[in-house]
Amino acid sequence: MKVELTEAIWIEDSSEISIAELAEQSGLDEANLRDLVDYGALSPVDPTAASWTFSAECVVTARTACRLLNDFELEPNGLAVALTLLERIRALENEVRRLHAEMPHLR
Amino acid sequence: MKYKDYYSVLGVDRKASADDIKRAYRKLARKYHPDVSKEPNAEEKFKEVAEAYETLKDPEKRAAFDQLGSFQTGQDFRPPPDWWKQFSDTQPEFEDIDLADLFAGLSGRAGRRQRGGPIPFPGQDYEVAVQITLDQAYHGAEFELDLSLPEYDEMGLPKRVPNKLKVRIPRGAVDGQKLKLTGKGGKGMNGGRDGDVYLNIVLAPHPLFRVTGHDVYLDLPLAPWEAVLGTTVRMPTPGGAVDIKVKPNTAAGRQLRLGGRGLPKPHGGAGDLFAIVQIAVPDSAGERERELYQQLAAASSFNPRRSFEEDR
Repeated sequence: MKVELTEAIWIEDSSEISIAELAEQSGLDEANLRDLVDYGALSPVDPTAASWTFSAECVVTARTACRLLNDFELEPNGLAVALTLLERIRALENEVRRLHAEMPHLR
Repeated sequence: MKYKDYYSVLGVDRKASADDIKRAYRKLARKYHPDVSKEPNAEEKFKEVAEAYETLKDPEKRAAFDQLGSFQTGQDFRPPPDWWKQFSDTQPEFEDIDLADLFAGLSGRAGRRQRGGPIPFPGQDYEVAVQITLDQAYHGAEFELDLSLPEYDEMGLPKRVPNKLKVRIPRGAVDGQKLKLTGKGGKGMNGGRDGDVYLNIVLAPHPLFRVTGHDVYLDLPLAPWEAVLGTTVRMPTPGGAVDIKVKPNTAAGRQLRLGGRGLPKPHGGAGDLFAIVQIAVPDSAGERERELYQQLAAASSFNPRRSFEEDR
């Protein structure tokens, strides 16, 4: 069987998406997404716009949110706190990696 | 079909209450959930736990699971005759069915029954961690991805469908980056969209290079005399060895920056390479070397600890 080659694309290269598309791609419903925006865990490109659009990277956050929501049965505010903490951990891990890289490894 | 003992996966008794099952699941989920866990094999462990809970939390599915009988995990078994009849008129071929697909199919079919008629159902999305080497990050990589996907027929009967993908990752992918294979996940049903595959890039550690973002660091060991006199050294970089000039009187800890010699960035440009100077000394100096160092010690007025004497 011939297997055709699939090019992987950068998530950030995908175009901005509507809240309906974000809901479809993340598995969350629009009410959940609005909650996450209200609690500050997710940011639309222009929060004052009549209909929100999101950068394609938001899919990653929203998918994580969907897993946490389903797997831990979290309520919206708890979910927003968990997402914010995960983001902080990710930033700290990046910082640790940077410091580790810059530190000479004496033998 | 291979048996999986969902009760022992959750560590509960067969007579456990719904509350006990939920508590056991939550405890294990906190421990193994791939989004929050650093345990080795967290993803695999959590899959087992979630699969067990998915069936045992639903009274109908739990009853159906109990009726299968009790076997050892991994043991080949067949459901009792007529077991299937409570859910459907047709009997599936049990040989190549996974227990999880079977119970997932039960809920899928129940959902369709309630809504009366086929409704669009999106295909499953997948997230896969892909480990690449520094060389692959630099040049791009091709690899095969084996996603065995369950597909359901119109009765909701599951079938494992092999799905092999050949994937190309463009150059410049670094740790933590996400890529997407649009429409390459599970097939959508009744006009629903096909699922997507998300790739989470993990960069394997390299014995020489340390990577942060697209910048690359390495230690550049120099002999004491090289650091004082200056030299030209051949140094490895992700794109191949280069000759670099080390100026005389280069102190340990100095960073020599080679612009654009790090990893390529996805949208053009590249990170930098930083060589951190280290002064290396031999494990043991020979007699002649010791003599020369003694002469040097006698001739030099250099005080490496002048800073200790300041502010006094």
